[in-house]
Amino acid sequence: MAKMMYRDAVRSTIFEEMERDDRVVVLGEDIVGGMGTAGGPEAIGGIWSTSTGFYDRFGPDRVIDTPISESAIVGAAGGLALAGKRPVAELMFADFIGVSLDQIWNQIAKFRYMFGGKTLCPAVIRMPYGGGFNAAAQHSQSVHHFLTAMPGLKVVMPSTPEDVRGLLREAIRGDDPVMFLEHKALYGVSGEVPDGDYTIPFGHARLSRAGEDLTLVATGLMVSRCEAAADALAKDGIGCDVIDLRTTSPLDEEAILDSVEVTGRLVVVDEAPQRCSLATDISALVAQKAFASLKAPIEMVNAPHTPVPFAKELELAYLPSAEKVEAAARRVLGWR
Amino acid sequence: MQLSREQMLQAYRRMKIIREFEERLHIDIATGAIAGFTHLYCGQEAVAVGVCEHLDTDDKIVSTHRGHGHCLAKGCDVEGMMKEIWGSREGLCKGKGGSMHIADVDQGMLGANGIVGAGAPIAVGAALAAKLDGKGKVAITFSGDGACNQGTTFEAMNLAVVTKAPCIFVFENNHYSEHTGFSYAVGTQRDIASRAEAFGMRVWRADGTDFFAVYETMRELLDYVRAGNGPAAVEFDTERFFGHFEGDPQRYRGQGELEKIRAERDCLQKFRAKVASAKLLDEKELDEIDREVLDQIEAAVVAARNAERPTADDVLADVYVTY
Repeated sequence: MAKMMYRDAVRSTIFEEMERDDRVVVLGEDIVGGMGTAGGPEAIGGIWSTSTGFYDRFGPDRVIDTPISESAIVGAAGGLALAGKRPVAELMFADFIGVSLDQIWNQIAKFRYMFGGKTLCPAVIRMPYGGGFNAAAQHSQSVHHFLTAMPGLKVVMPSTPEDVRGLLREAIRGDDPVMFLEHKALYGVSGEVPDGDYTIPFGHARLSRAGEDLTLVATGLMVSRCEAAADALAKDGIGCDVIDLRTTSPLDEEAILDSVEVTGRLVVVDEAPQRCSLATDISALVAQKAFASLKAPIEMVNAPHTPVPFAKELELAYLPSAEKVEAAARRVLGWR
Repeated sequence: MQLSREQMLQAYRRMKIIREFEERLHIDIATGAIAGFTHLYCGQEAVAVGVCEHLDTDDKIVSTHRGHGHCLAKGCDVEGMMKEIWGSREGLCKGKGGSMHIADVDQGMLGANGIVGAGAPIAVGAALAAKLDGKGKVAITFSGDGACNQGTTFEAMNLAVVTKAPCIFVFENNHYSEHTGFSYAVGTQRDIASRAEAFGMRVWRADGTDFFAVYETMRELLDYVRAGNGPAAVEFDTERFFGHFEGDPQRYRGQGELEKIRAERDCLQKFRAKVASAKLLDEKELDEIDREVLDQIEAAVVAARNAERPTADDVLADVYVTY
């Protein structure tokens, strides 16, 4: 075991996969940083420090610094994948799926199906997402629900450095297109990382707290908010299952349903607005398949139906917090 | 370098296959035997064949919604394509893609595409893969005068230049983007090649209804790209014999326009005239090819009509490799 930051888990995993398999290439805006400047290549090394040192080690044919052209980045990743490579593309912010959406959902998501199952499209599109940085409405969003709704894509939202390494290896080595969503607020978080070449299969949730009174379901940054709420509730003798989904497509339905069958109470926590969200999706799943187990109405803790606001006070009010999760939990626990 | 007799006969046969494939679709769509949206390539055969005769299966192409000609020229199976367009599970894409999504990656054909302009970035990716492999292979994207107005095409041209990708942008200017004229929709009102030139590429221009002009232009262009000079573009002036889609009433055409282009700009007739006047091929050989192609298309239609239909169970197959 070693301690490692989330961003270093991203960087080291891609680096190791590039060493292991020469079909792995990376591309994106400023992933080298400094091309065409007095500072020269690697003057920046990627604005998230998730590709530092790649260019010097692997060169321009495998570390492709692109202009600001998101459609071309995702489309080129698709072409590289169809031609037998294993591209790992970076969208600098998840919000930029808007400018590349055709290539994501009409192209790479559908190649295999449209072409009758005769091709692979092993493209990984990484995208930092989420709020908490006063980055306002176009650089703070959680977009997992859009991507989860698209057949053909797998959607991964790791919450710990350990899971980053296992899930990213699985993404790069797998044969399907993967949207890999990294929460910006987690990049600086450290955690224990196991040694060795492990992978984590998609569709297998992680139980980060265990209890029999209430089920909390979350992804990404929201997992730690659920853990904080669960720890506060534990002081009152209330035990929570905290289910970190890890992937929203495929979805570990069994983990959610098994837990709710024991607890009978569910709070789903989701950083995106509620309409047509992951929270409503999971609530519908439980209402349909574990109705008889429910002892109280399901609660959902989401962002409100607004764009992400800029000012600190506004953004704090916007984002789901541990306090909001705890309050929702107490409503569910107190229902009769 | 002069084309051999065999090369000329093969090129003619391929153009004729595309022509008869499309003429037959035009009938079978009108009678309702074939469902869906179909865009015919008829009239532009010399471009697809003049380009693809230079390629092998390791060279990649990315096509458009008007893609049958590119598929056939790149070596996709005639019967497999016909079955696909008829929606059979024996089709090239098991009936999942249809006319607009025919692909055969084993042949280096990375897909027709229902989204105008979507193919160019994909071709740049395939070209970057070819550059990484270092074997002198190329990727080609076909676009029309419609796609030349899409931002994806601009992004792709710039990315190709920046990365020196061996990517070739083939613009087939048939003077119509769907139902809108070139002189309205292409703001420069000049040509498409000059746009590519502005991105820093070397460009070529040629008559897309003259197979020999296309073929010789592509020889020169491909030598340039395969030598590692980065991307290039070419604009072929060509003609679309049918509407944007099958069923298009084509009220935008001038009086006598279609008859005129069929009479004066038919690439197959021009090919025949050229080889006859230069005494390169015997007319009887070409007549024989015409008969064989008609039989081949008829056989493909019979096979497609009788081919196995997909079932409801097939809906769920091939979304993912594993899920």
